[in-house]
Amino acid sequence: MRIDKDLVEKIAHLARLQFNETEKVKIEADLNRILDFMETLNEVDTSMVAPLIYMNDEVNVLRKDEVIQTITHDEGLANAPKKDTDYFRVPKVIEQK
Amino acid sequence: MRTYHSLEEVRADLLSSKTTLVSLVNYYLQRIETYQHLNVFLHVYADEAVQRAEAIDAKLKAGTAGKLAGMVISIKDMICYKDHPVSASSKILKGFKSIYSSTVVERILAEDAIIIGHVNCDEFAMGASNETSHYGNVLNFADNSLVPGGSSGGSAVSVQADLCLASLGTDTGGSIRQPAAFCGLVGLKPTYGRVSRYGIIAYASSFDQVGPVTKNVKDAALILEVIAGKDEFDATLSSKAVSNFSNLQAPKKNMRIAYITETIETEGIDPEIKAAMYNRVKALQADGHTVEPVSFPYLKYAVPTYYVLTTAEASSNLSRYDGVHFGYRSPNATDLESTYKLSRSEGFGEEVKRRIMLGTFVLSAGYYDAYYAKAQKVRRIIQEKSNEILSNYDLIILPTTPTTAFKIGEKTSDPVQMYLADIFTVQAPLAGLPAISVPETTHSNGLSIGIQVIGKRFGEQEMLDFAHYLTQNH
Repeated sequence: MRIDKDLVEKIAHLARLQFNETEKVKIEADLNRILDFMETLNEVDTSMVAPLIYMNDEVNVLRKDEVIQTITHDEGLANAPKKDTDYFRVPKVIEQK
Repeated sequence: MRTYHSLEEVRADLLSSKTTLVSLVNYYLQRIETYQHLNVFLHVYADEAVQRAEAIDAKLKAGTAGKLAGMVISIKDMICYKDHPVSASSKILKGFKSIYSSTVVERILAEDAIIIGHVNCDEFAMGASNETSHYGNVLNFADNSLVPGGSSGGSAVSVQADLCLASLGTDTGGSIRQPAAFCGLVGLKPTYGRVSRYGIIAYASSFDQVGPVTKNVKDAALILEVIAGKDEFDATLSSKAVSNFSNLQAPKKNMRIAYITETIETEGIDPEIKAAMYNRVKALQADGHTVEPVSFPYLKYAVPTYYVLTTAEASSNLSRYDGVHFGYRSPNATDLESTYKLSRSEGFGEEVKRRIMLGTFVLSAGYYDAYYAKAQKVRRIIQEKSNEILSNYDLIILPTTPTTAFKIGEKTSDPVQMYLADIFTVQAPLAGLPAISVPETTHSNGLSIGIQVIGKRFGEQEMLDFAHYLTQNH
């Protein structure tokens, strides 16, 4: 598998990242180098193996369905880069006609 | 003030009034000031540490002090502490203040530990040398031209340089054990599901565990005893009972120990580390234990498996940094998409972006089965084969690292070389097993060599007893 510039741009968009042209060249080379390394896994026969998904063997870990307020509205907004009294603020999302 | 090597020593001097906790805290604060160039602490909580010391001095007099009274501790910049900054050593969380405390912080405070500050680490714990931090690298106290290891490099050096007695770090692929080995300390990664991850900044959630860095096994066992156990806020936690780990016992007479041939008979291992391992094998045999070589041919697949899975989990976990709800927002953002893209691209460092890209790729349509599902299958094989060894033996021993601490900048140009620094430490978290690194001997270059013990699932007690015995029998 070779990653090319188009794929770098596609992955970057999926990850909501962006790179300038110089960075794209570097990340393309880095990703290919690391993928070559990851592809050694193809040497392992896993045809009869189920993927390991959960690391814990507890089943149905439940707690009482009680409503508790762990943080306040103000605390929820406390670290926002931009906010008003009640809401997070973002740049305008919908274009004005 | 003398240099303390254990909580027991501190407690003895406090009880006989040779010193007070206030003077001990002041001593550490002074050293933190003196050794600022090591770049260990991101935030020092001087006033509150002194205030807590006064209160705990009074409790000690009254005989009402908790298990960790006398322990001055630093916490990695991945661990939330209410009303205190935490940033994962990343620009994207600069200025962030925790609105709640992690369970581990609640528990150590309830037992009267004193948190003296937050310490530096690799950005989002992604690194093996503490060189990816937005706040610059941490220097190894033994030799300032060397890395301390990572990602819990600040944790390790805070203890190594006697800036506090112990530290809480996090271990995903070796981030506690590798820096502990590089700095001549004890580093413990508990069984997955032993310690709550609530309030820990997430990197790879099926791997991450909090654990201590200390100067001896008993202090590590004591901290584990305090932080381990069921927590309503983390559903992956085991309901298994937590024993008094710090009540260390001599291991049984005829232990069955396996050592993994591939970790010793390998290219790239320092010959003195290899010799140290064989010396230990002989010494254990002479002491009446059965110590045998086992083959673990999957060792070479451990690091690639680890990086497929952890980058995938990281790409998902780090999607929460969106420039909207908390953390850094780019001043150049003009709409929603550029808020996401610019905030993330300007806020994350190079290694973090590389891992998010890899993780996004291995999870993306068309590549998921070939990379992500494949690695999950190899993970199962690694877990089953590791458990198979542990069904025939009590414990596994192996080197913690193939080399002693390396030079700053030595591995930064090639990500694969840096990833291979984790070669001996990723097996335990891939299999969900507990592991501990303890100092084994000193290399002719003057640096510490660590030895690692892997225990059975939830077999921390046996592992700690044995690790303690190793440190007592050189």
